[in-house]
Amino acid sequence: MKNVIEVTQLNKSYGKFNAIHDTSFTMQANKIYGLLGRNGAGKTTLMKMITAQIFPTSGDLKVFGDNPYENANILSKICFIKESQKYPDHYSILDVLEVSKSIFPNWDVNFSRLLIEDFKLPLKRKIKKLSRGMLSAVGIVIGLASRAPLTIFDEPYLGLDAVSRGLFYDRLMEDYVEHPRTVILSTHLIDEVSNLLEHILVIDNGKLILDQDAEELRGKAFTVTGQTSKVEAFLIGKETVYREPFGGLLSATVMCSQHGTDQKQAAASGLEISPVSLQQLIVHLTSGKSEQKGAIAE
Amino acid sequence: MKNLIDDGRPIFVQIAERIEDDIIEGGLPEEAQVPSTNQFAAFYKINPATAAKGVNLLVDEGILYKKRGIGMFVAEGARVKVIEKRKELFFEQYVITMIREAEKLGITTNQLTDMIQRGDNKR
Repeated sequence: MKNVIEVTQLNKSYGKFNAIHDTSFTMQANKIYGLLGRNGAGKTTLMKMITAQIFPTSGDLKVFGDNPYENANILSKICFIKESQKYPDHYSILDVLEVSKSIFPNWDVNFSRLLIEDFKLPLKRKIKKLSRGMLSAVGIVIGLASRAPLTIFDEPYLGLDAVSRGLFYDRLMEDYVEHPRTVILSTHLIDEVSNLLEHILVIDNGKLILDQDAEELRGKAFTVTGQTSKVEAFLIGKETVYREPFGGLLSATVMCSQHGTDQKQAAASGLEISPVSLQQLIVHLTSGKSEQKGAIAE
Repeated sequence: MKNLIDDGRPIFVQIAERIEDDIIEGGLPEEAQVPSTNQFAAFYKINPATAAKGVNLLVDEGILYKKRGIGMFVAEGARVKVIEKRKELFFEQYVITMIREAEKLGITTNQLTDMIQRGDNKR
């Protein structure tokens, strides 16, 4: 399968601060990626480099096989919807759509009109008179109707209610099935999008800590609870991502090496097993790691 | 309606289970066409690649088969196969778990059999 993005040992530093540290990964055509991580982890920095808005300090970055900087051919294939996207204040929504139509070669006018109706957007209203949620909805309409071969949504739903977010996911999946393209979703609302994702990248403190197929990740971790001694015995030789003692009990989240066998072993030793959602797993991975790092830095 | 997809387990496994349930309950008789992966994706709001993985799991097990250019169909003898597979799972998931819990509570095997009998009478 063709790689849409190839990143090799990418670094971005601001003075002494390493926003992105020695990161390498590839993204394949026509998959939906989740770019996840905490605030300030480096997600937006990474997306800005991919979309040629800032320069890497070092490393190699290829988008559609070439360097994206001032490369009109590549940039016309990218649609990047940022958190709190800005549009000229005096434009109406209709103006924004007209401009978008001229920028994106795959723009679908009919689809954009349907989306405008779905999100109940007033076409003639000026941008400066729109609510925060409406502005976000405008971004979503553009991101979807652009049908750009690489569409990036960076926290696109500031101020957007749950109904509209649901609408966004529905329309995205319906249209993706008809018109497959590479989509990157960057978000904190992991539970809401996890079922849509095919592949997951997790960034923590500027480093890529996870690059894995979403399905492989799901069900890979589980939590065992039981008497501390029994749990400790079970944990030997296993990758523990989180532990929480409670009285004489211990609850621990582990990554299982082979699906099924570890669970059976836990059940056989009388431990209670509960599933771990992707969101919980990523919270464990990113909060634990940063604590450890803090401890080392001290 | 119960929650369609639960978190914490691979979704493709759950999709495969849904199809199996439908085969057992007769919603999908032998030689019936199974919905396309895109239909699964749209209905369950999941990634089409994930839906395809679930369907392919059943193809590998000989429960579904592919007609080129048309779609996926329920294979002959699929229902028997699925039920056999589920019986195995039933033993693992329910019987073993029950015996373990009974052991913890000091319930003897005889008492357990009595309980099952009582439960059966109550239906």
